[in-house]
Amino acid sequence: MPEHTFKLNGKQVTVDVEDDVRLLWVIRDILEVYGPKYGCGINVCKACTCHINGKAFNPCSVRVADIEPDDEITTIEGLPGTVGKDLHPMQEAWLEHDVAQCGYCQPGQIMAAVAKVRQARAEGHEVGDADLDEIRNICRCGTYNRIREAVRTGAEHM
Amino acid sequence: MEQRRSPHVEGSAGQDIGRRRFLGYLLAGPTLVAAAQLGAGAESAEAAVPSPPEPAEVYDLNDLLTLAATPTSNLIAVVVHPDGTVSFDMPRAESGQGITTMAAMLIAEELDLPLEKINVTLADARPELVWNQLTGGSNTTISMYTPIRVAAAIAKGQLLQAAAMKLDETVTRLTPHLGFIQAPDGRKLSYGELAQAAAGRETKQVETDLKPESEFSVIGTPRNRIDALEAVTGRKKYAMDLDVEGALPTMVCRPPTIKGTVRSVNNAAEVRQMPGITDVVAISTGVAVRGRTFGQCISAIRALDVSWGPGTVDDMSDEDVLADIRKAEIPLAVPDVDPLAETVEGEFTFHFRNNAALEPQTAVADVRSDSAEVWAPLQSPILCQELLAKQLGLSVNAVTVHVEQAGGAFGRRFFSDPVIEAAEASQKMGKRVKLMWHRVDECRQGRTHPMCTSRIRASLLDDNVLTFEQRHTSVATDYTMGFGEVITSMAGKIPPLGQGNELGYSNTIFATTVNVPYKFGAVTQLLNEIYEYDTFPSGSNRNLVNPDVRTAQELIVDRIAAKMGKDPYRFRKEFADDERVLAVLDKVAEVGEWGREMPANTAQGITVHKEYKGAIATLVEIDCRPETVNRKIRNAVTGPRVTKAVVAVDPGFAVNPRGLEAQMQGGLMDGIAQALTSSLHLRDGVFLEGSWDNYFYTRQWNTPFDVQIVVMPPTTGEPGGAGELGVPSAMASVACAYARATGTMPTSFPINHGTLSFDPKPTVPPLPPSPTDGLQHTY
Ligand code: FES
Ligand code: FES
Repeated sequence: MPEHTFKLNGKQVTVDVEDDVRLLWVIRDILEVYGPKYGCGINVCKACTCHINGKAFNPCSVRVADIEPDDEITTIEGLPGTVGKDLHPMQEAWLEHDVAQCGYCQPGQIMAAVAKVRQARAEGHEVGDADLDEIRNICRCGTYNRIREAVRTGAEHM
Repeated sequence: MEQRRSPHVEGSAGQDIGRRRFLGYLLAGPTLVAAAQLGAGAESAEAAVPSPPEPAEVYDLNDLLTLAATPTSNLIAVVVHPDGTVSFDMPRAESGQGITTMAAMLIAEELDLPLEKINVTLADARPELVWNQLTGGSNTTISMYTPIRVAAAIAKGQLLQAAAMKLDETVTRLTPHLGFIQAPDGRKLSYGELAQAAAGRETKQVETDLKPESEFSVIGTPRNRIDALEAVTGRKKYAMDLDVEGALPTMVCRPPTIKGTVRSVNNAAEVRQMPGITDVVAISTGVAVRGRTFGQCISAIRALDVSWGPGTVDDMSDEDVLADIRKAEIPLAVPDVDPLAETVEGEFTFHFRNNAALEPQTAVADVRSDSAEVWAPLQSPILCQELLAKQLGLSVNAVTVHVEQAGGAFGRRFFSDPVIEAAEASQKMGKRVKLMWHRVDECRQGRTHPMCTSRIRASLLDDNVLTFEQRHTSVATDYTMGFGEVITSMAGKIPPLGQGNELGYSNTIFATTVNVPYKFGAVTQLLNEIYEYDTFPSGSNRNLVNPDVRTAQELIVDRIAAKMGKDPYRFRKEFADDERVLAVLDKVAEVGEWGREMPANTAQGITVHKEYKGAIATLVEIDCRPETVNRKIRNAVTGPRVTKAVVAVDPGFAVNPRGLEAQMQGGLMDGIAQALTSSLHLRDGVFLEGSWDNYFYTRQWNTPFDVQIVVMPPTTGEPGGAGELGVPSAMASVACAYARATGTMPTSFPINHGTLSFDPKPTVPPLPPSPTDGLQHTY
């Protein structure tokens, strides 16, 4: 079986698995890191959102073979580590606004929010309604308004 | 439990509860365990059962659920541990509605203990609770508010007595505070130190007072969820995140039409050889595939060659179902009123809707020859345990059902479908399985809120509404998940599953949940159903019938108001049939600036609703200008946008206003979806929708920019239900606002149902391949 290696939450990991298995299943079923959630498997619900080299992406739609050994994959579990704290400011904001209901979408929402704030800044502005409207992550519990508030609060501390 | 009969609270609960004594238990054990009986009041259930059921206003579904519990109820227990923590094993399902936080708040209040010292877990199926482990009808807070407090108050009483002994003080000189009992001279003992001394030597009945409302410092204050940290760190565990040794990913290859059947599997041996795959077996609902990863299961399902038998509705499409409904509609009566009276009428169609949560259907199962153990998010675990025992030929005691945290429920997790499947697969494979539905399965074979029509005829003369008739006709809704049993068990006759669904269950639920919250003359509301309870896989969808029933009513109310030349708000103010409804109505009108100038093609809508012992009003503003309606977003339905919403809610008494606010926000999003974008299209026996890119639940781009939730001050002093209360008025207000903005009253919901906004995914193979281009969409 082919061997694949990459960095997951700061640690080099190696797995033996077929090339075309999507990264989400490698992370969850083989490496047993359960923060990224399954909600569709076709890159529409965004529940599995993680970061690759600091950018948001959806591992349900990437073959493990397409990940390079020096690629850094960050799941919600590794997000605090990227700022050297117990919690990332976006997670703090989520707590402050008591965003989560069932919580299932929230790891993906937070990962998307962090990337969205960075993306807006790279474009030279702070996140506004137009950026928030672009967040595709589904929340079937309907926490959208608190998400909007929390992203703004989180951005202030990022 | 209550010694004084008090079915209706007089005045504020604060004064009232202060005078009452409550009965609970101290249980014998090595550490302090205090308990109380679940179910409200000491009234005998028989005496209070209405026969036939009276209308919702006199006696609603929640009374039924609460009272059903009484004769068979058992104890819930609060345990004080030697480490100073307190635990409570809750016989309900937490699926995002915040009931574990509510329970912790009640315990914190009565025990004078910080919230973080309290652990609330979800209880396994407890058959002795009979029908009292059902999470639904927004009934949890209503039925648990007093028992949890009684148990916690008894625990505190015991701790005080134990401390008095140890400190050689009288109880009245001691003060409980944040997990310690303090003496006037500053000496103090922690609850942990006292837990064993305070334990019961024998089980006995104990009387207690509850804190009066005036002394509340936790209950009624806004609190964050107790599981928030776990949720934002990814540590919160759902069934698929459990490490059950040897339970490998399992999925089911499903038929191309609703409830189709497996005739033969033509290449099982070949598929079994695919990488990672361990098992391929036919089960009742399809072909179960087990493997190392879910990804490999998806590949195997795509490779399977299965000959399928017919399902229950092959060849049927939306139009056929609608035609069958129309044929079954009961004629509206010609009102026997003054010949000068004018008539206003309307007929509304509500299409199939999907009630799936974001976490798909999941279950872990370990079936052995003499026992079975399952882990799953379940709203009705006892029924699940019974069904499993029956299916596997085991005694109920040999079946253990663990209730897991749910990633949303909305009615779907009443049914044990995935657990039954997982158990069958585990039994046939002789292995443990971790079974998950694919999103496509959720859309195409999952439960739906059935298609229905609602017709209304009202007659009016001058400034009076003389009659208001509503005839609701629906594809049968499956209520065999527990609500049904609650009702029939109370009626004393349990028909075989499914038999008498309409008469026994649906009509009772209809009669105990619907009402017209206005002072109109003769009001009649009737339901009739077509098909069998299981022709379509059906269920409720965040609220039972009221989103549809009330939306139809409120649209007609706006028409009546227009006929009388009255403004929608003023008309409702004049006709609202109760003070609480009037108060929330006035509140949204004030906060939402009802009647403000708005540009063309934009408008406000305002409606009210009462249910779950609460009252609610919603005011929305909608933007139907072409530039908004036609805005483009990839793979998305945009359409009219609700730009602002103001909700005023009077739950009677809000245990956790912050949690209540969250439930209202969620209910609003469902209301927006049900009015504007979310539906399933049935074509030739299959729902065309296959995932979230076809099924348009509210997304960020449909979310109002401005949402304000006003929680009203306590009225009845008793907490009402919250999970589903927000939906009907939200949906109705969006519909009314749309009618006013466009000048056309919508008669079919959701309003975009007529346009198919996507290319349907194939049905064979049943699952789409996962894309491989994810790295091209990073941001
Ligand atoms: S599971 Fe990856 S986007 Fe839905
Ligand atoms: S919190 Fe439940 S899906 Fe978002």
